[in-house]
Amino acid sequence: MLLSRVLDDKLASLYRGGKIHGGVFLGRGQEALSVSLGLALRKGDVYAPLIRDGAGRLAFGEPILDAVRTYLGSALGPMRGREDNVHRGRPREGILAMISHLGAMISVVNGMLMSRRFRGETGTVGATVIGEGATSTGSFHEGINQAAVEKLPLVLVIANNQYAYSTPARRQFACEDLVDKAAGYGVTPHPVDGTDLEACLSVVGQAVAQARDGGGPQMVVARLLRLCGHGEHDDAGYIDPKLKQSPLGRDCLKVAEQVLARRGWADDAMLKSLREDAAQTVEETVAQAQREPAPDPYKENWCALASRNLSEGYETAGEGK
Amino acid sequence: MSITYLEAIREAQAKALADDDRVFIYGQDVGAFGGAFKATKNLAAQFPGRVFDAPISEDAIVGAAIGAAIDGMRPIIEMQFADFSTPGLNQILNHAATLYWRTRVPCPITVRLPSGGTSGSGPFHSQSMEAIYAHYPGLIVMTPATVEDAYSMLLEAVSIDDPVIFCEHKYLYYHLKAAALPTEAMPVGKARVARAGRDLTIVAYSAMVHEALAAAEELATEGVEIEVVDLRSIKPLDTDTVMASVARTGRLLCVGEAWPWGGVTSEVLARVATEGFNLLDAPPQRLNAKDTPIPYHPDLWSVHRPTARSIAAAARNVLRS
Repeated sequence: MLLSRVLDDKLASLYRGGKIHGGVFLGRGQEALSVSLGLALRKGDVYAPLIRDGAGRLAFGEPILDAVRTYLGSALGPMRGREDNVHRGRPREGILAMISHLGAMISVVNGMLMSRRFRGETGTVGATVIGEGATSTGSFHEGINQAAVEKLPLVLVIANNQYAYSTPARRQFACEDLVDKAAGYGVTPHPVDGTDLEACLSVVGQAVAQARDGGGPQMVVARLLRLCGHGEHDDAGYIDPKLKQSPLGRDCLKVAEQVLARRGWADDAMLKSLREDAAQTVEETVAQAQREPAPDPYKENWCALASRNLSEGYETAGEGK
Repeated sequence: MSITYLEAIREAQAKALADDDRVFIYGQDVGAFGGAFKATKNLAAQFPGRVFDAPISEDAIVGAAIGAAIDGMRPIIEMQFADFSTPGLNQILNHAATLYWRTRVPCPITVRLPSGGTSGSGPFHSQSMEAIYAHYPGLIVMTPATVEDAYSMLLEAVSIDDPVIFCEHKYLYYHLKAAALPTEAMPVGKARVARAGRDLTIVAYSAMVHEALAAAEELATEGVEIEVVDLRSIKPLDTDTVMASVARTGRLLCVGEAWPWGGVTSEVLARVATEGFNLLDAPPQRLNAKDTPIPYHPDLWSVHRPTARSIAAAARNVLRS
């Protein structure tokens, strides 16, 4: 959670310094929810994180180098300069690389879980994350319904951060609470305060455990506020100041630190030391990735197929064979 | 003993299921019912748990197939009608087709599209969608015109490590018969000279091959020898075989059942014009369906798409020019 915040701050700073080509999308304010899912999953589970899941990725085991290399376009990163920022993953290691189309990852996780069922493998769960905006898509409906029909061990975490880009939640859905949708699909609802790490750990952990124990699909709906723009290009001037002052606008990281201090589990010196460790890790990783080569367009094979023998070599006027 | 195009598709799926535990079939009504066209008849009983019904959720059907493929399976999905694949376009074009290039994880899914027009089917049960799929990088698009190809190419589709769009023509389902299933097959990506001739090359694929052959028969009575090239797969497109034929005849007519704007016929003409301009004795021509939705009434439908008669007329024009 802390490492993710420190990494986000560094990415924002690199973006403002013009060192990152393309967009930067942060998870500020959503780390408690995100990390809770990453921690509840085990090796062998399927995890399809979304745009604001830096914390969950780190907790699940994605190397911090993957994030930095992808943002900086290193040829050595998992996406090799072909994909940017949050569209990274290692599908064979259980961490899927999201496409931009919201809701699309739900059915893909379902398919991986169906595959495991075919092979008779039990005990693994699949989890994916969306925002409240994605609940308006057809893919969301098809995906959660499919999981329910197939009784799959899917955990769908919805981060209701009040805005989909600039569109407020009231323009996104008309039901009282998103969690009410769970009953209609025949899946188990789990509402949670997304600013409260302890609550997230408990509720998300329980949802994952119920899915693992054969309880079918689980829907977690967390209420929180995005404490940043949609991306770093966005100053988020549209966010209602009253929301920022409300309990939803609490910074989950500060809340967690206050709890640690109040219980005497960590004092200021320890928190300072943890922050310094995180900053050092981030600085070292960025320094490494910045020294790495960019992808070479002349060495790129420009082939979209795994079956290279079926690929057609197109010639453009002016280019030799 | 004879076997129809449709039975060949069923037999190919039965063989794929029998030969490889990783194969399963998922789609609307494909289970106990055996599919809207009976292309999966008895397969659910023959392969318990591996041929099963999906909700009416094309997006999630494709998404689940992608997930299963990531996890090592080789799914076959049926889209009931090619026309209904549009709600699944996002997963096919943006997810399946990009997966290998983005992540290095192959996506071996076979998407069966019952394609093309039959009399009385109207605008939403008659479409030929191959051009849309061929436009996107990362997909293989097969358009078998014979019973033998329907069988062997479907088996090949399942074995290919890339997403394959398998356009099977509904008009051929029951009418087209062969004495037996083939024991050997031409490689995918290779076109076939379906009839040899020296005066004009007609390039066609899928059901139009048979209309072109009938036109060639009619023109033979006028002393004209038509060469008919069956593309078999439109992506990859076997330009070499087309070019070799045009080198022999000096004249080209390309026929497609799909709409005229863009698409397969314009691609073939573009290639011949750019790479084989000096082979041509006359301007190359093409013949497509009319640029309207597909009409229901048989009198309208029979004029909307190219037929042996309209192909023969177009061929006479090319021969005169």
